Amino acid sequence: MSILIDRNTPVIVQGITGKMARFHTEDMVKYGTNVVGGVVPGKGGVEVEGLPVFDTVADAVENTGAEASLVFVPPPFAADSIMEAADAGIKYSVCITDGIPAQDMIRVKRYMYRYPIEKRMVLTGPNCAGTISPGKALLGIMPGHIYLQGNIGIVSRSGTLGYEAAAQLKAHGIGVSTSVGIGGDPINGSSFKDILQRFKDDDETDVICMIGEIGGPQEAEAAAYLKEHIKKPIVAYVAGMTAPKGRTMGHAGAIISAFGESASEKVEILSAAGVTVAPNPAVIGDTIAKVMKQAALT
Amino acid sequence: MDIHEYQAKEILAKFGVGVPPGALAYSPEQAAYRAREIGGDTWVVKAQVHAGGRGKAGGVKVCNSDTEIVETCENLFGSKLVTHQTDSNGKGVYRVYVEGGVPIDREIYLGFVLDRSSQRVMIVASAEGGMEIEDISENKPESIIRSTVEPAVGLQDFQCRQIAFKLGINPALTQSMVRTLQGCYRAFREHDATMVEINPLVITRDNHILALDAKMTFDDNALFRHPHISELRDKSQEDPRESRAADRGLSYVGLEGNIGCIVNGAGLAMATMDTIKLAGGEPANFLDIGGGATPERVAKAFRLVMSDDNVQAVLVNIFAGINRCDWVAEGVIQALHEVQVNVPVIVRLAGTNVEEGQKILAKSGLPIIRAKTLMEAAECSVQAWHSFSVKETNSKVIK
Repeated sequence: MSILIDRNTPVIVQGITGKMARFHTEDMVKYGTNVVGGVVPGKGGVEVEGLPVFDTVADAVENTGAEASLVFVPPPFAADSIMEAADAGIKYSVCITDGIPAQDMIRVKRYMYRYPIEKRMVLTGPNCAGTISPGKALLGIMPGHIYLQGNIGIVSRSGTLGYEAAAQLKAHGIGVSTSVGIGGDPINGSSFKDILQRFKDDDETDVICMIGEIGGPQEAEAAAYLKEHIKKPIVAYVAGMTAPKGRTMGHAGAIISAFGESASEKVEILSAAGVTVAPNPAVIGDTIAKVMKQAALT
Repeated sequence: MDIHEYQAKEILAKFGVGVPPGALAYSPEQAAYRAREIGGDTWVVKAQVHAGGRGKAGGVKVCNSDTEIVETCENLFGSKLVTHQTDSNGKGVYRVYVEGGVPIDREIYLGFVLDRSSQRVMIVASAEGGMEIEDISENKPESIIRSTVEPAVGLQDFQCRQIAFKLGINPALTQSMVRTLQGCYRAFREHDATMVEINPLVITRDNHILALDAKMTFDDNALFRHPHISELRDKSQEDPRESRAADRGLSYVGLEGNIGCIVNGAGLAMATMDTIKLAGGEPANFLDIGGGATPERVAKAFRLVMSDDNVQAVLVNIFAGINRCDWVAEGVIQALHEVQVNVPVIVRLAGTNVEEGQKILAKSGLPIIRAKTLMEAAECSVQAWHSFSVKETNSKVIK
């Protein structure tokens, strides 16, 4: 099976009655995702898109056997919803919500550590586009039609830049095993390293594409890890070459505040770890195609 | 969100952090009056701007008389203070803070930050107070003391004592140092700060621990639950375009180039800027219109980008997932009807409902340059900008 989600993974949508949540739930169902219900406190018993809505995640898990959740809850309540999912035994949760306070995320991360690693929920996001295993399941808001099924694993902080990479690959006739958005917030559920570890052990993934940006220590941390542990070819792109220092570029996490956090420094660190870095965002697809040819994967 | 030094000191004082006696003034006369109220014979007059490095830039002056205070204030009020942390335009001085002089024995650096590696609040301290933390970590990295706070239980007294001992503070002052550190941490936690910096924290010759300067930054995402902090926002310290954007829920950063950018997603926005540069142009701004972009939002984005006189072409690059290309196309058309856009407009759409979006653009009859790929969009924009600026120059010559 692909990493994180598969064709059969039963999915619930937290906050399913919202306008955007409805739109994307419909989209996910159309894509073939096994959506089994939704959760909205106080709305238990109603139906949305023909799916049962429950008051609590625990109820939803008990009645549907849900294993994954998509969090579409507004920022003030999102952290609470993530912790509710973790407590109810959800194995994998994707949080789309943008604008969760950083200290709420610190508490979420701390809360999740109370579970032993084998029982601990995996979280990606917040402020991300979700996860897709093309041809199998979509747990997020990405447009499914831009992905071909294939053997490239994508991990990206930015949602739309992840789409860009997938679309460029499609133009080359290259497909994707799984694409994971880890989100643009300073404190997030999974890091580049966490997802790289999964791609390393995934036999459906032959090449990994990592899309970083300015700010934060995650790219450097990933570089140190992959240098030692990953034999699969890795192609990276880092956004923000033209970003001025000390200014937040949209994502709360995209600010250069320490050494090693600028785009050029990250490119240097990744290159030194043996990663092939695409010199600009327009050639991510070309670079991957070249790397595949070199590795005789096509 | 940033606040002024005097506001940060007011907050910290409520949490038990010692600060020198001081008061705010909006005019030179008021400053002199404030100084008399404070008493003593030495005062420090400090320009209140949202930027560090005020001392070196002439924004902090020690004064010994009324006349000196008035003179200093007359120079400061209404001036633009340019420090190494501001751009070349500087920040306007509209308030000064007058503080009683303090006999300093030693200076300490103290900072509380959101540490992204440990995903916790981290305390950073150094005996090299007064220096910028960047300089300390470059020149005296061994002097930096770090301690992270376990979020489940908060900052513990033993951690504070450890810091005090490592700094070599007089053991008689340990308790006072614990109080100071705990106060800063509680102020940080309870107001959803992302940074509290006291530089310098001083130990006076009469053995008091005082925050001589204070800086606090707050998490924008958490302002909804701290209305009293939101009220401290001072728009005079922000780039007017950026405040206008923030009021409209858009994320905008003004830059120096000529090609305006309207993009969805921060990463793609940065990548678009990078590609424009690669194609030989310079981006005029960073602008992320975010997810769920409605036609109204796109129209707002156009108004914002066009308010920059340097803009000679606008590139709209939307890869739709959470928002849809047909909405974006409608937004572009609505904007071009509402806002006077007399420069070339290049639109690149991709993703959800892309065909419908393209159709809407084509049917509109507006002179929109359509591009398929990111590179094509950037190249078209640079070309359009070049021919537009040549035309502009020619027409100016003819006039």
